[in-house]
Amino acid sequence: MADGLETVRAGALTTVQDLGRAGYAHLGVPRSGALDPAAHRLANRLVGNPETAATLETTLTGCAVRVLRPAVAVVTGAPCPVSVDGCPAAWGQPVRLPAGAVLDVGTATHGVRSYVAFAGGVDAEPVLGSRATDLLSGLGPAPLTDGSVLRLGAPHPEDRPPTADTAPWAAPPDELVLPVVPGPRDDWFAPEGLRTLRTAGYRVSAASNRIGLRLEGPALARAREGELASEGMPLGAIQVPPEGRPVIFLADHPTTGGYPVIGVVPADALGAAAQAPPGTPVRFTPAAP
Amino acid sequence: MTAPARTAQARPAAEEPVLRRVGRRGLLVEYATAERSEALHAELLRRRAAGTLPPVEEIVPGATTVLLDGFAAPEAARRLAEELPGWHVPPLSGGGTGVVEIPVRYDGPDLADVAALWGVSEDEVARIHAATSFRVAFCGFAPGFGYLTGLEERYHVPRRATPRTRVPVGAVGLAGPYTGVYPRSSPGGWQLIGTAPETVLWDPDRTPAALLAPGTRVRFVPLDAHAGPDGGPSGKQSGEPDTEPSAVRSGRPGAGSALPHTGPDGGRPSGPADPVPDGPGTPRERP
Repeated sequence: MADGLETVRAGALTTVQDLGRAGYAHLGVPRSGALDPAAHRLANRLVGNPETAATLETTLTGCAVRVLRPAVAVVTGAPCPVSVDGCPAAWGQPVRLPAGAVLDVGTATHGVRSYVAFAGGVDAEPVLGSRATDLLSGLGPAPLTDGSVLRLGAPHPEDRPPTADTAPWAAPPDELVLPVVPGPRDDWFAPEGLRTLRTAGYRVSAASNRIGLRLEGPALARAREGELASEGMPLGAIQVPPEGRPVIFLADHPTTGGYPVIGVVPADALGAAAQAPPGTPVRFTPAAP
Repeated sequence: MTAPARTAQARPAAEEPVLRRVGRRGLLVEYATAERSEALHAELLRRRAAGTLPPVEEIVPGATTVLLDGFAAPEAARRLAEELPGWHVPPLSGGGTGVVEIPVRYDGPDLADVAALWGVSEDEVARIHAATSFRVAFCGFAPGFGYLTGLEERYHVPRRATPRTRVPVGAVGLAGPYTGVYPRSSPGGWQLIGTAPETVLWDPDRTPAALLAPGTRVRFVPLDAHAGPDGGPSGKQSGEPDTEPSAVRSGRPGAGSALPHTGPDGGRPSGPADPVPDGPGTPRERP
């Protein structure tokens, strides 16, 4: 443990994430993994890790960790002030940390989730092949708490982090425009419900989490009452509970459910959804085929 | 419920799958009955084992559906949607890969209520339940939780009017057509008829982690009422070599094991069913 990380400030919610554990949904195991996989992958590339290495995923308020050995780290995802022992450091560029240095990942200036990669990766005990923290079912390492300690993996001896001057990265949009493929249960909704989904403006609810992006806005009128018999739920499902406000399933979503899914947001659009803070306007558009 | 040959005209409609698009790279196959969807699920696993199914990340059975999600490309989903209605899907055979036996003490707090609903004695509830051949229709709600079908329709019971805020690990419950065993402590609304003190349904350190997977056949074996607090002899569990009762006590903390509230969310005030935006499963079926 002496060569890992010590949590100085856990922030609102900081978890260990990687690319998740897809392939176990039939056992009731959510896929989990980084909510913004592109930012997670970039962070790993910038410190010379494989994309499967585990990173830290922060939520709105960042986190601060002390490295117990020299390390190279980078912060991607939601832009935020970064400092090392109180001195400003670059966001989106690898930073060298001497043993004992405190890396502070500040409150996001845009977006929600920053990703902190360390050369060698965060080394937690894998569960079903993944180190990801799954908040729905409790698999993987516990979220960071002040004082908690994590191990770091050994960086590849020959790997030097690339020294990119810039890693181009789009800022999280001010308005979230999500493509939708209708179905599988669009026939449970009245025509005006489908029209509402296509035309109405929604906002991201503060009740959103890693399980789902909850939306505030007009209810989607159903064509039929009752519940579905439980069926498999895909990532990106727009599930509509009886009160009518859609919920978009993110990585920790339940694998089966009984509320109808009016449409599915393709996975490559969900990174932006994960970076939309509460209050962000949301619109839906038909997905390109 | 087999339709006589003379009414065969009605059968194609009932047996024909309805295919629904799920996003760009998924497919939901729906049947009129659980028997047909379970048979399709078995066929899909056979084809995947034989290498004749296009690669797909998830095959998730539901009550009367199978979700296929994560094809490599939209065309693969489209092609399968065209081919699948022409498949010959044999009905499920009674045999299979052996039976998992789960020792149960029939001592649940709702045993009397269930006995009243069934119109039998409490002992008779235990006898009927233990004499039933169950099959895992699908999983969900929590890792290791299987929705077991097999009880005759006259024994289907509603969920409790008021769900419990805490159901202990190992509780054996009934709701609708299903029986299930809580893999860990959580809130729940099923009618509890017993306790499975020896069986670890979920252990990520074990291979396989889940004792029950869709298609697994299950029998409940009554534990001797006079046995000790741990339920007596362990030799009754014959299903899998890796289900030693000792694992009950060695459940690894922090891994979402069978121990209550040992996972990362263990310190949270809410149970695992609570952070879900809208709840896993229908209100009727959620345990």
